[in-house]
Amino acid sequence: MVPLSWYLVLSAVLFTLGAVGLFVKRNIISIFMCIELMLNAVNLSLVAFSSFLKHLDGQLFVFMVMVVAAAEAGVGLALIISVFRNRESVDIDKLNLLKM
Amino acid sequence: MEKVLFLILAGISVAAAINVIFQRNTLYSAFSLIAVFGCLAALYVMLQAQLIAALQIIVYAGAIMVLFVFVIMLLNIRQEEEQKDRYHLYYLSLPIGVLLALEVYYGLSNIQDVSVPGAAVGNAESLGQGLFSTYLLPFEVTSILILLAIVGAVVLARKERDIPLEMLDALEAEQAKNKQSGKSEGKENN
Amino acid sequence: MTLEMFVEWAIKMAVIFFLVLTADAYVVLLERRLLGFIQMRLGPNRVGPFGLLQPLADGLKFIFKEDIVPLEADKVLYVLAPMIALVPALMTFSVIPFGDKITLFGREIHFHITSVNVGLLVVFALTSLGVYGVALAGWSSNSKYSLMGGLRSSAQMISYELALTLSVIGPVLFAGSLDLVEIVKYQTDRWFGIIPKWNIFLQPIGFLIFLTAAIAETNRVPFDLPEAETELVAGFHTEYSSMKFAMFFIAEYTNMITASAMASLLYLGGWDGPGVSSFPILGPIYFALKVFFFLFLYIWLRGTLPRFRYDQLMKFGWKFLIPVALANVVFVALLALLLF
Repeated sequence: MVPLSWYLVLSAVLFTLGAVGLFVKRNIISIFMCIELMLNAVNLSLVAFSSFLKHLDGQLFVFMVMVVAAAEAGVGLALIISVFRNRESVDIDKLNLLKM
Repeated sequence: MEKVLFLILAGISVAAAINVIFQRNTLYSAFSLIAVFGCLAALYVMLQAQLIAALQIIVYAGAIMVLFVFVIMLLNIRQEEEQKDRYHLYYLSLPIGVLLALEVYYGLSNIQDVSVPGAAVGNAESLGQGLFSTYLLPFEVTSILILLAIVGAVVLARKERDIPLEMLDALEAEQAKNKQSGKSEGKENN
Repeated sequence: MTLEMFVEWAIKMAVIFFLVLTADAYVVLLERRLLGFIQMRLGPNRVGPFGLLQPLADGLKFIFKEDIVPLEADKVLYVLAPMIALVPALMTFSVIPFGDKITLFGREIHFHITSVNVGLLVVFALTSLGVYGVALAGWSSNSKYSLMGGLRSSAQMISYELALTLSVIGPVLFAGSLDLVEIVKYQTDRWFGIIPKWNIFLQPIGFLIFLTAAIAETNRVPFDLPEAETELVAGFHTEYSSMKFAMFFIAEYTNMITASAMASLLYLGGWDGPGVSSFPILGPIYFALKVFFFLFLYIWLRGTLPRFRYDQLMKFGWKFLIPVALANVVFVALLALLLF
């Protein structure tokens, strides 16, 4: 049997990688993918807790997270498309119209 | 046996996650991310959460990432355009990442492995029972959220609004001129 | 896991793998012969009696063709794409049951590799991965026809997957399970002792939606926009040759067989038929016949129908099929409420 802490460590590592990517990437789509990665890392720990505590609530939370992620992806990608149409770029450093 | 399997899956998923970050080619990042999702689904099966595992593949790999890949292909983002990633931020992000990892390690070092007797198999019946009793209200709220997302996506991705404002007047004048030719704008599918 | 179980699994996997690949080869031959018949010509009949050895010749030809990789192609993804298309297509057969169980050498042998309590979802998960093969092939070939084909295909497969998923809610509601074996077992009951409880009788609309969406998911005529020859040369696999092309080909036909198998499992009672309860060995035969019927339907449609235009396809999927599928869900739910 794999101990619970292993799952949590993996989850933490993935979350950290997602967070690093969020800072480092400039492409909106990549940033978006890093957010998905972080959400998934959280899902992993929720499922692990649910399995080890023999309580299904954790998996229900994962279900909700998935719904939110799906909604987020739909709206987010629509936003990216409309930004790309206007700016011809998905580079967030070039999307600084409000700054000027 | 299970530990070996876990280590293999964890190794693949971490390697793929690193590749998501350091990969220049957006499409390659997307596929690495799909690999991460696949490994996580396998881990969910190991955790007796079959329904969530299947949903993970269907929703993340089968729907969300298809959308990502579709958008990457649609916008034709070959490389991250003459891309210099924000290297100065590596210096910032790596310490922050290490700090976060240390914090997590500290948090984890205090917990013990628990194992409650009993069985909790995440199949459709047991999860459905939870969703439609205790969590009925959140469940309904998510359906509204999805509806809002659909409407939002349609509104945002409509083609009529893709013209910068300063160009709008010029374009309208031109359109009035060409009105006779009756160019109909192509419908947008999303 | 005992050694016996392991051996049983290995044998089952080998047999099913072999059966599926052979079926693929002969469905291709059947398609060519039937299309020939429909179009008043002969079709391939030179190799062996009635052309029965034609698949062998085709296979040899595929192997010995030159394997061309376009200069500007994205090499990694280009090689990966056919594999991504083929592997999930073959993996679906791990959860598809072919029959009930028989007792052989004192062991209970089930006619499926494994039974998962979310079997239906597993099939959907794996088939939904198939779109990546097509999309990647389109992207990595660095050719405009391929890219158009790949784009069309991903849009089409996302759109029709919704209707497909909505249509299977009916059988799931009736059987009260996502396990494919349970869904078939529900249908093996009889009304008044004669009429089988096949889902097609109570949910004809759901069945038609499933069939239509499944044809669109497998990119077959009249929904074969991703490879529309007349406008896109060959769509996403324009640049592919040799075994890589063969892998796409096998994946397409395997998907056809999967869709046919799912249609018969969900709506036509799977391995159910007269005499199965006393002779369970008949089950796989009935199942094969039902699958064959759907495969015949696929080929028949290809010989009969013209191709949709792209906007017609999208309009049909979003503005007709999905609303009807939603209405069907409500209808089936009411039916289930009244019947049980």
